[in-house]
Amino acid sequence: MTLLTATALNASLGSRKVLHDVSLSLAAGHLVALVGPNGAGKTTLLRALAGLIASDGDIRIGGDALASLPLRERAKRFAYLPQGHMVHWPLPARDIVALGRYPHGATDPARLSPKDVEAVLRAMQAVDVEAFSDRRVTELSGGERSRVALARVLAVEAPVILADEPTASLDPRHQIDVMQKLRNVADTGVLVVVVTHDLGLAARFADHVLVLSEGRLAAQGAPDAALSEAVLASVFRVRAYRAEFQREAVIVPWADV
Amino acid sequence: MSVQDFALAAEVAARRRWSATAALLALVVLLCVLSLGIGPVRLSPLAVIEALFGAGSDVAQVIVREIRLPRTILAFAIGGILGLSGAALQGLLRNPLASPSLFGAPQSAAFGAVLVIALGLADVRSYALPVVAIIAAFGSVFALLAIAGRNAGLLILILAGLAISSFAGAATALVMNLSSNPFVVLEIAFWLLGSLEDRSFQHVALALPFIIAGAAILLSHASAFRALTLGEEAAQSLGVDVARLRLLVITGVALGVGGAVAVTGTIGFIGLVAPHLMRPLIGHDPARLLVPSALTGAALLLAADIAVRIIPSTSDIKVGVLTSIIGVPFFLYLIMRERRALGGGVA
Repeated sequence: MTLLTATALNASLGSRKVLHDVSLSLAAGHLVALVGPNGAGKTTLLRALAGLIASDGDIRIGGDALASLPLRERAKRFAYLPQGHMVHWPLPARDIVALGRYPHGATDPARLSPKDVEAVLRAMQAVDVEAFSDRRVTELSGGERSRVALARVLAVEAPVILADEPTASLDPRHQIDVMQKLRNVADTGVLVVVVTHDLGLAARFADHVLVLSEGRLAAQGAPDAALSEAVLASVFRVRAYRAEFQREAVIVPWADV
Repeated sequence: MSVQDFALAAEVAARRRWSATAALLALVVLLCVLSLGIGPVRLSPLAVIEALFGAGSDVAQVIVREIRLPRTILAFAIGGILGLSGAALQGLLRNPLASPSLFGAPQSAAFGAVLVIALGLADVRSYALPVVAIIAAFGSVFALLAIAGRNAGLLILILAGLAISSFAGAATALVMNLSSNPFVVLEIAFWLLGSLEDRSFQHVALALPFIIAGAAILLSHASAFRALTLGEEAAQSLGVDVARLRLLVITGVALGVGGAVAVTGTIGFIGLVAPHLMRPLIGHDPARLLVPSALTGAALLLAADIAVRIIPSTSDIKVGVLTSIIGVPFFLYLIMRERRALGGGVA
């Protein structure tokens, strides 16, 4: 079922045009990988979809035009995870996760309604962070912190999650762990869009891959079609080793073209 | 973890914060009473309370209610708004070194006020003084945030703040330089040092409306500072209108600092120090720090204003001088503590 569509999306950063006529249609329950070389406009596309930057074109979420939705309503529909899991003050992990309820009017983590507390607990259970809910986020390891950030996004309980490089700077085990958790969330009917540089993770976990090149959609579709040899050569300028392992696609970029 | 555990953890933390805030409030009340009792005629706390409520001797009543009360109200209100402004700016910029005085706001407000005095545009007790001071403070904080840009690191903010306060200082010096009347120059020079001496209810009426308006603006956006803990983008994605918040915080700080500077001259570093003293007690949540920081600021200025009256010296020590003498070493200590973040170039 189509949940999020964008038609003829154009966006600029300053005087530089970053997105050119991007049109896409994404379905609920899908994990969508957004890939592309550095500077292709992946983060800009994600921000435009969430309505965080101005863009021309029509974005529709569940039938409503994004432009017509007030800020609060947008916040309930899109949970956005920026790059880097930035947390500026050493707050306890629990308070950070509780910020996910902010769009629902729960602006004070000390005064959550039972419904909000349940949502926060569900989110913490889903990514396994209950054990350190009292610890300050700044004292957690990178892997733990990325899970807390993920829990904050899950606590919004939005129909769409937009995550910008959630696996960056994580070790292989935590990368797989985060992708698996996002996969589980998508399986509950949420649309999850993940920006990643890891084509292997994209091929393995995504239902749908968007390949962005110089601000244009160069390819999209099922992983093996969207990440075909021709696309890898023309967009990423690499050749890849391809195989299948435990019935999942394996793509390992190997050498330049 | 169950819903009950969750609620219990929140309650324990909340109780600790409440007791800290209550203790602080008691300290502020105590300092107010002490402040009302100290001067050429020393009054016991009991005599002060009697006089306040219309009992005791007529002389004591006049001293407490007409001579000393305006000074105490101003110390409370100005210390409070400075502490609050510091906490709000630190919350907005997610930065423990943010404060009005490091950003040149009081210096710019002082320039505005000096301009009005030197040009003889208005009487020292007219509303022109705070209004021009507020406009100058708004201009300086606005310029600072515009120069620093979004997500600015410590280094850029501090450098831009240094440039703006130096510029405001130079502009003030120019006004004094060009002024032909030596008495005006002397008056300005003393006024710039920052003092609460000989202030009347007219001064209170001049500053208080702006201070209250500024405080109301800053306090009503407390929870947005909490969302900003995650950075501007994430806060916006949670429904915070960050651009509007910025403008409101600048306005609130300018109203408070401009109103304060217009009647007392520059009193620095309370905004920087107050939130830091509170973090070990209250925690780092920028929304919860606002009220305790305001109370701490009030306590600091009340204490400093008591100190300048009891430190024996040949001429009066100005309270603005004292807060800077104590505040600057504290600033150096903070720099040492934040050395790693500063050394990295970006925070």
